[in-house]
Amino acid sequence: MMDGNFNDAQTGEQRIRNFNINFGPQHPAAHGVLRLVLELDGEIVERCDPHVGLLHRGTEKLMESRTYLQNLPYFDRLDYVAPMNQEHAWCLAIEKLTGVEVPRRASLIRVLFCEIGRILNHLMNVTTQAMDVGALTPPLWGFEEREKLMIFYERASGARLHAAYFRPGGVHQDLPQDLIDDIMQWTMEFPDVLADIDGLLTENRIFKQRNVDIAVITEQEALDWGFSGVMVRGSGMAWDLRRAQPYECYNEFEFDIPVGKNGDCYDRYLCRMQEMRESIKIIQQCIQKLDESTGDVLARGKLTPPARGDMKTSMEALIHHFKLYTEGFKVPEGEVYAAVEAPKGEFGVYLVSDGSNKPYKSKIRAPGYPHLAAMDHISKGHQLADVAAIIGTLDIVFGEIDR
Amino acid sequence: MSAELLELGEVIAIKQEAAIISTDVNKMGELVLTVHANKIPELVEFLRGNSAMKFSTLIDITAVDYPTRATRFEIVYHFLSMYTNQRIRLKAAIADGDLVPSITDIHPSANWYEREVFDMYGIMFTGHPDLRRLLTDYGFRGYPLRKDFPTTGYNELRYDEVEKRVVYEPVSLVQEYRQFDFMSPWEGAEYILPGDDKAEGAK
Repeated sequence: MMDGNFNDAQTGEQRIRNFNINFGPQHPAAHGVLRLVLELDGEIVERCDPHVGLLHRGTEKLMESRTYLQNLPYFDRLDYVAPMNQEHAWCLAIEKLTGVEVPRRASLIRVLFCEIGRILNHLMNVTTQAMDVGALTPPLWGFEEREKLMIFYERASGARLHAAYFRPGGVHQDLPQDLIDDIMQWTMEFPDVLADIDGLLTENRIFKQRNVDIAVITEQEALDWGFSGVMVRGSGMAWDLRRAQPYECYNEFEFDIPVGKNGDCYDRYLCRMQEMRESIKIIQQCIQKLDESTGDVLARGKLTPPARGDMKTSMEALIHHFKLYTEGFKVPEGEVYAAVEAPKGEFGVYLVSDGSNKPYKSKIRAPGYPHLAAMDHISKGHQLADVAAIIGTLDIVFGEIDR
Repeated sequence: MSAELLELGEVIAIKQEAAIISTDVNKMGELVLTVHANKIPELVEFLRGNSAMKFSTLIDITAVDYPTRATRFEIVYHFLSMYTNQRIRLKAAIADGDLVPSITDIHPSANWYEREVFDMYGIMFTGHPDLRRLLTDYGFRGYPLRKDFPTTGYNELRYDEVEKRVVYEPVSLVQEYRQFDFMSPWEGAEYILPGDDKAEGAK
């Protein structure tokens, strides 16, 4: 449909007007419920106005009327591609405010599952991006591996996606040894699968034609638009919170931070592929360390429930358990910003506590949010077909953007 | 770490005397500057441009609602420097209806953050190119993250089988929305406990 009626055109050439198109909200390449209003000059995008909020569930408002522990599962539902990485930020924020030390074994388990989350996310992103530009095989192969990883999630927490496994003060339950062995076994097999996907895509002519030199982001642009994660690493900045501002026990691990050179979609794809290999390294180191550190996985105290055995014999423990799961724990007054390097970038929580059992205010800083905000800037001057590739490379999941 | 941050805060306070009310490093080791809302753009420009600071990444803009205060809102900015590996938080108190100068000219990423703050709290920004609602529905009224806005909202929508379209209706709850009071009656209950009213001297 043409915009507006016009009758002042005298020649056929003058009758050409820009074309407005609705991209989404139901579009397979929109990665969720993204509605883009695109203004096209022929096939060139002149303006791109993302309409978000179709998945807005008012998470931040809901959190204000729930206890800290009840709020934890909301974080699984933000970026549902890598749920545990989000929970991590929430736990870190509470632990910072209350000053609780996480036991060593719990810390290692957290790192282990954060890296599994990173692989989950990158597998999803890399392969669906390939699908957006026309390849169907990679997602089928990738999702098979994702399924294996989600079974690890299930065996640890009981849920494939919405795990609620990280708790303030540690993790919910210890891992059984055979699960750890199976994860180790999987890390041996996964590099071959990754090499297969790599062989399908990396030198693929069509994949390169669709990704090389598309959505080039310079260092300055990455800063101006508040990018983080792969979006800055693809542009050549070695910025990774795991290295720059180490949280948990990341400072003990040896891993490299892959950086891109050109800042285009293809470089970011390569970064993600390499990050998966680095995550495998971290997981393997983690499992070795887990063998040496046995012990509790929860910092027993006000934040966490008493051991099951204590509850059978101690009245105080029973009362504590009851109070913890009804009233919840109280967090001292104050404010804190805790951030983690989620697979998509910096995921942060700004938590304001008024000393009660519910957060006074919690602001979720999702990495995808500034990335999508820059959509207009990035896609300007690209072809319509590139929009799909750009959405893919931005790594957008609507759970976290709309909150 | 915190001594270094304190020093950084003092340097900023000297250089941008007009903008800053107080500098503080809190217990979590975070540098917090309390500033005048109308001086924010100058300060942000200084933080971004100064070669010793380079707070060039805007992490977040949000607000906190304190209905009992005279200046109801507190607007909070987070910045990160990827070069010096430091974070900084700016806070400014503003009253309901106050205008805050936009920083979209300095940080283009502020565009959506300011739209969200406007959407959620109704705080207006001067100089913002496109201050529309962002996350809420088209035609939404009210500011959801204000403390006086009910969690249930005012309107609900459903698909009407008769009219064959989505209709908006006032919220009708089958059961009253439950807000549990967890205050211990021994500590600070504001109501009279059952039985206490019979006791002499009960208020």
